[in-house]
This record gives sequence, structure tokens and C-alpha cells, in this order.
Amino acid sequence: MLTLQQHIPVKTPTAGQPVITISHLNKSFGKNAVLKDFALTLNRGEHLVILGKSGSGKSVLIKCIIGLLQPDSGSIEVLGEEITTLEHDALDQVRAKVGFLFQSNALYDSMTVRQNLEFPLRRHWIQVTQLEVDHMVQEALEDVGLAHTIDMMPAELSGGMQKRIALARTLILRPEIILYDEPTAGLDPITGREIIDLIMQVRQKYGSSALIISHDMNCVRLTADKVIVLFEGRPYATGNYATLERSEDPGVKQFFQ
Amino acid sequence: MQLPVKTRHFLEEAGSLSAFMGRFLTSIFKPRFEIGEFFRQCYVIGYRSLPLIALTAFIMGLVLTMQLRPSLIAYGVESQLPAMVGIAIMREIGPVITALIFAGKIGSSIGAELGSMKVTEQIDAMEVSGTNPFKYLVVTRTLAAMLMLPVLVLLGDAISLYGAYLGVNIKGATSFSLFFTQVFNNLAFSDVLPAFIKSFFFGLAVGLIGCYKGYYSSKGTEGVGRSANSAVVVASVIIFLIDLLAVQVTDALGVN
Repeated sequence: MLTLQQHIPVKTPTAGQPVITISHLNKSFGKNAVLKDFALTLNRGEHLVILGKSGSGKSVLIKCIIGLLQPDSGSIEVLGEEITTLEHDALDQVRAKVGFLFQSNALYDSMTVRQNLEFPLRRHWIQVTQLEVDHMVQEALEDVGLAHTIDMMPAELSGGMQKRIALARTLILRPEIILYDEPTAGLDPITGREIIDLIMQVRQKYGSSALIISHDMNCVRLTADKVIVLFEGRPYATGNYATLERSEDPGVKQFFQ
Repeated sequence: MQLPVKTRHFLEEAGSLSAFMGRFLTSIFKPRFEIGEFFRQCYVIGYRSLPLIALTAFIMGLVLTMQLRPSLIAYGVESQLPAMVGIAIMREIGPVITALIFAGKIGSSIGAELGSMKVTEQIDAMEVSGTNPFKYLVVTRTLAAMLMLPVLVLLGDAISLYGAYLGVNIKGATSFSLFFTQVFNNLAFSDVLPAFIKSFFFGLAVGLIGCYKGYYSSKGTEGVGRSANSAVVVASVIIFLIDLLAVQVTDALGVN
């Protein structure tokens, strides 16, 4: 069977190399400056968590990275491509290697679970047989432990199950980078922990890099190699969880109390 | 000079809708063509509207005939009832009433569906999945509405005329063939064609405004309701404006 990578010609960095490099990023909505001279680097295989209060610009940042929002200025390099200047088709080729788990799950509510998972496969990767599609859908659902839901509608699933199906849809293209937007938001602690475990299993199985937006400290503690505290649109503090937990800075301390 | 706020909002909305229409017109001819989704929308928009449009058209034909009869009797021209009803239905009432029913059912449904997709980030998810959501959602739905409404108008006219035939026979006795002979003998090509052409524009208005209101929906679930509602209101007003414009054009061309 052909692999997805054979179909999508995007430069693939080797281990340890940056997969996302952001520099001097600015984004405003009217007079409200959301991101100010923001910079970060995500290396291959790394899990980087962006920690910040609601309205601090975390979701805006992640949408700029995937090209859903156009920054006012600055550079966003994803897998070696400057995405702020890419044409639509070239941007789609990069997007095929970047998975995005939406905060609201964003499952297509008029489609079954199977159709939801098939959708990105069929759109990004046209030359694929039905047998290959079936195999990939089945594998992605098994990865999240929900193979039995294949013919169900999203409305028939609980919030936690919807999150797992959304993760399966993200995984189906075997992304090199996964962007998680508040993966445990709105879930009870037990289901939230299940999602965190899934994130770690995905990392172990696929070795993907991840940028995780969260203010759930349990999620931050268990998933992060590196944490960036975002405050008023700028990177306020950077370090691993243990270092930041010991910080005496009130701006950092407020998250760890 | 500062324009009043409401005037400014109206002009902004009109400009934004015009830009949306421009984007629609340019997107139609650019690949990738969403053929499968287009046919699915034709089924959803056309087939599923048929029962409602058939019912309203039937009642409209029946009631129109029953209302006209006393006036025609008073003037001694009762025999002209089939011709008069036929012309009224084919030229004006059929296309406009069908378009208004269509706006109520399809315009609100498209506005609510796209609005809901917008607030739950499904449109963003579509874009991330390598799909141009404008083509997939807007172009397919608007084209389907534009092509299905004229078909529904023709079917609605036929059903309406059948309702009129039954209406004539409630207090009289006219054979099926006599009724329709009288209807078609008094109808000219210039009665049917302009009505048929304007129904394409009615369909365009319903589809495009439903998509526009849904696509730019905001403020959560409240915004979804507002999108659905304003899709119907704006489309209905535009249907009348197109109708007004159409009658001026046909008048100027001498086909009235």
C-alpha cells in the first residue's frame, strides 16, 4: 500500500530539527493587538505546550500556524515552508502533514463517523482505493478505541467520544505535527485524563511533534516537554514544567498554585 | 459628513453581499468542481422542497379560482376564468409564491446549517482538510438553489393549474381538456419565458443570501437563529425587488 508521504511532497525535517519556527509574529483585530512580536520553535518529536489565560491569544496563534488566520506581520515556517506566503494548493500540501484537533471537535454533524474520517483522506489524497480508505479508517478508530462507532452519527456520541473521534480524524493522515487546541476543555477529569493518555499513546506510536494549547495544568504536566507562558500576546516565560513550577514570578506562579 | 449608523450598516451589508456574490461568480468557473456535493444539494434542495411547494401551489390555484369567480360573474365574463387564472399563475403568482415558500424553507435551512457549521468550527475543519469551504458549501448550494427553483416553479404552476381546474368545477362543470385548452390558448410564449427566467434569479437570491448569512454567522447559537431569520427576510425582500425589476425589463423590451 502506498504511504501518504509518497503523495504529498513536503520537506520533512530530520530528528531534532525545527518543524515550526515562528518569529516576530504580530496579529491584531481592529485596535486589539492579540499577538505581539511572538516567537517560538517546535522541534521534531517535541511536545510544546502554550499556557495562558483565556483571551491571551493562544487559539489565534494556532489558527495562524495552520493558515486559518493571516498574521499582520512576521514569519511562520512549518516543515520548511513559509506558510504566510503560500498559495492555496501549496498550503493544503503542508496542511496534509499537520493535524488540528479543534477545541469544539468540529465533527461534521451531517456525516457518520466513517464519513468524518474519510473526508480529509478523500480531499487531500485523491488517488486512494476504497480498500485502503477502509483500512485507514479502521486503524484510526482502533487507535482511539472506538472502532464500534464507525456507523454512528456524532450526535449519538458523548463529549469524550466525540473528542476521540476528532483525534482519530486528525490521525488519519499520519500528521508529522499535531496542533491540539484545548484538548481537555469541557471534559470531566476522568475523560480528560483518557484524552491525555491518548495524546501520549499517539506520540509513542507515531513520534509526531505537538503544539498543545491548554490551561489544564494536569494536561500541561503530563504532556509537555517544554512550556511557553503566553501573557498579553508575548512569550512571558519558557521552560519545562518542573522549572516553571518552582518559579517565583507572580505571572508564572498564578498558573501553578 | 458622517452618515447615520443605520445607513452606514446598510451600505456595508450591501457592499459585503456584493463582494460575496462576486466571489461566487468567479468561483463557479475555477476547479476543483464539487460535482458530487452539487448533485447531493440538488436532491436536498429540490426534491425535499417539492411536497411543501406542491401543497401550497395546489391550494393557491384552488383559492384563486374560487375568489375570482364572483367578480367575473358580476362582469359577465365567467367563461374567461381559466384564461385569467392561467395567466395570473404562470406570469406572476406561481413564480413569486413558490420563490417565497422556497426562501422560507431553503433559505432558512441553508442559513442555519452554515451558521451552525461556522460557530462549531466545522467550516475551519473543512479548510484544514484541504477543502475550499466556499466552493464546497456556498457554490454548490447556491447553484443548486438557482437550478432547482425554476424546476419547482414549473411543477408548482402545473399543480396550481390543476387546483384551479378543481376550483372551477366546484360550482360549475368544465372538462379537463376544455379547461386546459382555454388556459393554453390564452397563454403566449412571452407569458412563460420571462417568468421562467426570473425564477433563476429568485433561486440565486435565496441560495446566495442563505449562504451569506450562514457563512458570516457570529455570536454563537443566537447568531445561528439570527442568520436563519435574516436569510428569509432579506431573500423575500430581494425576490420582490427582482420581480419589480423584471417587470420593468419586460416592459421596456415590449414582451409584456
